[in-house]
Amino acid sequence: MTPFPESDLPIAITMLLLFGAILTIAAGLVRRSFAWPVVLLTLLVVLGDAIAMLLAIVRGGPLRHTLGGWAAPIGIEYVVDALGAFVVVVIAAVSVAVTVYARAAVRAENPDQEVAFLGMMLTLLLGLTGMVLTGDLFNLYVFYEISSLAGYALLAIGDRKAPVAAFRYLILGTTGASFYLLGIGFLYVLTGSLNMADVARLLPTLHNNPALPVAIALVVAGVGLKTALFPLHGWQPDAYTYASSTTTAIIAPIMTKVSAFVLLRLLFFVFGVDLVTRLLPTGSILAWLSAAGIVVTSGMAIAQRDVKRMLAYSSVAQVGYVGLGIGLANPWALTGAVLHILNHATMKCCLFLVAGSVALHARRRTVAEYAGLGRMMPWTFASFTLAAVAMVGLPPTNGFFSKWYLLLGTIRSGSWPLVAVVGASSLLTAVYFFRLLESIYTAPATAKPEAPAGDPEAAMLVPTIALGVAVLVLGLCNSWFVTQVLQPALPAAVRLPGS
Amino acid sequence: MDITALVTGRWPYLFTIVLLLIGLYGMLVKQNLMKKVFGLNIFQGAIILFFIVHAYKHGATVPVLDDISGTDPARYVNPIPHGLMLTAIVVSVATTGVALALLIRIYRTFGTIDEKDLLVRLRDEDPQR
Repeated sequence: MTPFPESDLPIAITMLLLFGAILTIAAGLVRRSFAWPVVLLTLLVVLGDAIAMLLAIVRGGPLRHTLGGWAAPIGIEYVVDALGAFVVVVIAAVSVAVTVYARAAVRAENPDQEVAFLGMMLTLLLGLTGMVLTGDLFNLYVFYEISSLAGYALLAIGDRKAPVAAFRYLILGTTGASFYLLGIGFLYVLTGSLNMADVARLLPTLHNNPALPVAIALVVAGVGLKTALFPLHGWQPDAYTYASSTTTAIIAPIMTKVSAFVLLRLLFFVFGVDLVTRLLPTGSILAWLSAAGIVVTSGMAIAQRDVKRMLAYSSVAQVGYVGLGIGLANPWALTGAVLHILNHATMKCCLFLVAGSVALHARRRTVAEYAGLGRMMPWTFASFTLAAVAMVGLPPTNGFFSKWYLLLGTIRSGSWPLVAVVGASSLLTAVYFFRLLESIYTAPATAKPEAPAGDPEAAMLVPTIALGVAVLVLGLCNSWFVTQVLQPALPAAVRLPGS
Repeated sequence: MDITALVTGRWPYLFTIVLLLIGLYGMLVKQNLMKKVFGLNIFQGAIILFFIVHAYKHGATVPVLDDISGTDPARYVNPIPHGLMLTAIVVSVATTGVALALLIRIYRTFGTIDEKDLLVRLRDEDPQR
């Protein structure tokens, strides 16, 4: 069907984004307005590539690409299963939506940094898609750092305080990456290999080695920092609050979710289900820390006055669900965790796009200032409401289904405090979102003469609405995704019965 | 466990641990943001040394096949950690570059790179927090 072998589809994504980023900067140097079409075109091709990849995998099984013809485990290989391909499709789709939004938003907010912003955005996506596609532990480190470096640059674009928050994240993020590097150093010393499948094959003979728990702790801490898993989330609220709205809209939904996905892959496909749940308490530590994080950060979200800051804390809480699901490691919890990675990407992106539209268009930032906006910006807040309802977890939005699986998972695990946490956190989420929705729709608007009333222009409105609709569609299609994509891609020990 | 037996013959590893801790100390305790960057570099350097120390073999040579050593793997140093660390050094240089660029931006905006002063100035600008 394609003019090149299907196994080249994964590497094509990396190449497209790499050359797209260089071309964006070059085009932007010629003329500032040339940069944006290059980015949009690149991302549309990447989206097509990712969809072709997903279809090829659903038809013919996982794709493997060996770089430079050096066969694994000596060479570096890209390995993509249906789940990885689906994550790449979601990354590409969300970034297309954000790119459409970005043109007007960046020009209004940071016009001088437009070209740099767009180039860095593609570099960030290059790193993140690479983290999903690669089958090599050191290659993962390189992509981790590529995405982090682009992330620091992007987060520094924003208001006066953005560089301070970005610097703090740089110190923490690089320490995290170094921990990960030290962790794979331990694994390399133990096994003599860096290929994920090869390490997974060699590790069972080393289960009694005292260096192995250290390696796992270092790797989990390293990836957990980028995921902003509680209590490693300290960098995140400041970074999200002070960054420009488009930066937050691309980094918040994608970066932490991709890292969570990578954590899942490392724990279950490299270290193995047995090792992280039965032989070592990695899973339970992760689950209980995440549970504590869900409660604490949901409470913090309630206390915030700035809407973006509230959303940032709620991000940490939502990533806590993913950590909880990964930690419990039973089929239901894990299904919920993966589902939540994808669902949260769509809803959080929608919420941050709305927060950006309101900040730029209506010049409002705090919860109090949002009063009465529902009538002034009806379409924007229709999408916001959909996404907020999904965050709380009401049917038929996608948030309901991931929380449902998580709740089943906690019940199956028999730890009733965790069941209470999942239930209570939905209530806490409802508190801060319904409080906001109430003032948006019922309170009288405060007049701001300098801010025009009404929805923003189509370029910013359409991506917001598209994501709001996606929240519903993903909710209605979740059974197809769970049975067709998710279950076949999980290790047999953590698959739902009957699939 | 006998500490001397654990350490004897592993002095280079002990040295990397000490370096690692110096780096962490710098990042955690020092108030000057520039010194935090130094700490970060020492920290990364320790990890790079860890890989290199692991790859070292006494009496071995560079991994280029020659007539004297033949194909005996014990006569050659493991090249993979060296290759990996070359990449890690590049990453570390890039990180330092970004960190310094951010520091310049911070200094130009707030006139200080001392964490205590910076926090005071940030709080003055944002009475909400």
